[in-house]
Amino acid sequence: MAKFINHTINILPVLFEGLGVTLKLTVISAIFGTLLGLLAALARISRNPLLSAPAAAYVNLFRGTPLLLQLLTIYNALPQVGIKIPAFQAAVLGYSLNAGAYIAEIVRAAIQSIDRGQMEAARSLGMSYGLAMRRVILPQTYRRLLPPMVNELSALTKDTSLASTISILELMKYSNQFVSRTNLAWQTYIWTAAFYMVVTMSLSALASRMEKKLEARG
Amino acid sequence: MAEPIIVIEGLKKSFGKLEVLKGIDLTVHRGEVVVVIGPSGSGKSTLLRCINFLEQPTAGRVLFQGEEVGQRLVDGRLVPLPEKVLDAQRARMGMVFQRFNLFPHMTALENVIEAPVQVRKMPRAEAEQLGLRLLRRVGLADKAGQYPNFLSGGQQQRVAIARALAMEPDVMLFDEPTSALDPELVGEVLQVMQDLANDGMTMVVVTHEMGFAREVGDRVIFMDGGLIVEEGPPEQIFGEPRHQRTREFLSKVLH
Repeated sequence: MAKFINHTINILPVLFEGLGVTLKLTVISAIFGTLLGLLAALARISRNPLLSAPAAAYVNLFRGTPLLLQLLTIYNALPQVGIKIPAFQAAVLGYSLNAGAYIAEIVRAAIQSIDRGQMEAARSLGMSYGLAMRRVILPQTYRRLLPPMVNELSALTKDTSLASTISILELMKYSNQFVSRTNLAWQTYIWTAAFYMVVTMSLSALASRMEKKLEARG
Repeated sequence: MAEPIIVIEGLKKSFGKLEVLKGIDLTVHRGEVVVVIGPSGSGKSTLLRCINFLEQPTAGRVLFQGEEVGQRLVDGRLVPLPEKVLDAQRARMGMVFQRFNLFPHMTALENVIEAPVQVRKMPRAEAEQLGLRLLRRVGLADKAGQYPNFLSGGQQQRVAIARALAMEPDVMLFDEPTSALDPELVGEVLQVMQDLANDGMTMVVVTHEMGFAREVGDRVIFMDGGLIVEEGPPEQIFGEPRHQRTREFLSKVLH
């Protein structure tokens, strides 16, 4: 028991340091990814092919290739054509673009699930397409967006563990380094798993609270 | 007779190969209540939806207060009008839908004031006064804070009418406003519509309610197969229809 407590006291500060980086990477990428996803979804359902075609190409590219390949391309291949991005920014870029592609599909599906009569009613009142989208359609998607967004953001949280491959020191990397130093694989990995789970389960809890709030409208 | 407010000329509409409207000419005058009846698939809803350009006519034109709605004929081609022009035209036409289409994330009052605040930039306090006045007019002042899902179908449709009226439209379009209602809720909606007609509102009503057509309509249009088969005052259409198809239709719906 004393041994276990001793290990824990040694592991936790190391993991907390990694958790900070993981959270920073996740939150920033989630914000950019959501904005990007929203814009790509709106572009993709546009009747203007100059908007919808690039949006479709973007989604297909980033959903159709491995995330690891995307990260390595940004970090290793872009410098070869003169675009050098520091590791953390490269990771944010990669995760944002990747999450954006998935979120675009989530948002598009949610928008298209709203009854067509809603847009018609809004337009018949003289509202522009943009106004109707912002005031009438998008607010109705929030509740439907919550479950798939929790999935996507949980995936993003866990996927940030790949950032160690482009030399970012995040939770997984710290954890693994600690194991190489101490050989305490079980103890370290269990604590690491707990850290990830605290993050993803907080997300779920937050979402179900928001869901309850939105449910009040019946 | 009062001035024409809607003039429809040679209106055609096709969905792919299916021609739903085959050449409609119709004039609606200010203050008039025009009731459109006919079997399902006759094109009456499509006609109504062409008036405010929810459907894009394939040929012909719709004039609203002298302006072409939604598109203009230029060198033999129909060219869409700028979105802003269309939005302004639609703002002057109220529409009531079969399935109400209230905004479920807004209360009854918020539904009613949404367009005045967002489109007409009316100050919120003023819009709320207008909204409450309109909800009172449709008998729902006590439901102002209620979300649509907690209202009956008849109540929802009355809120939808108040919402359309909030833009102070010059004409109201009704697309089968009672078809989705339980029978016992039809009366309250028809009553509101009758009050509106009595107040002098110009109305185009697509409906299966023959009682309403007879009592409230100034003119009844019978459509079948994408064409206007017969039109006239209700006494004539219901009393002595001239066309065989009108007679057949009426004998089916009037039992």
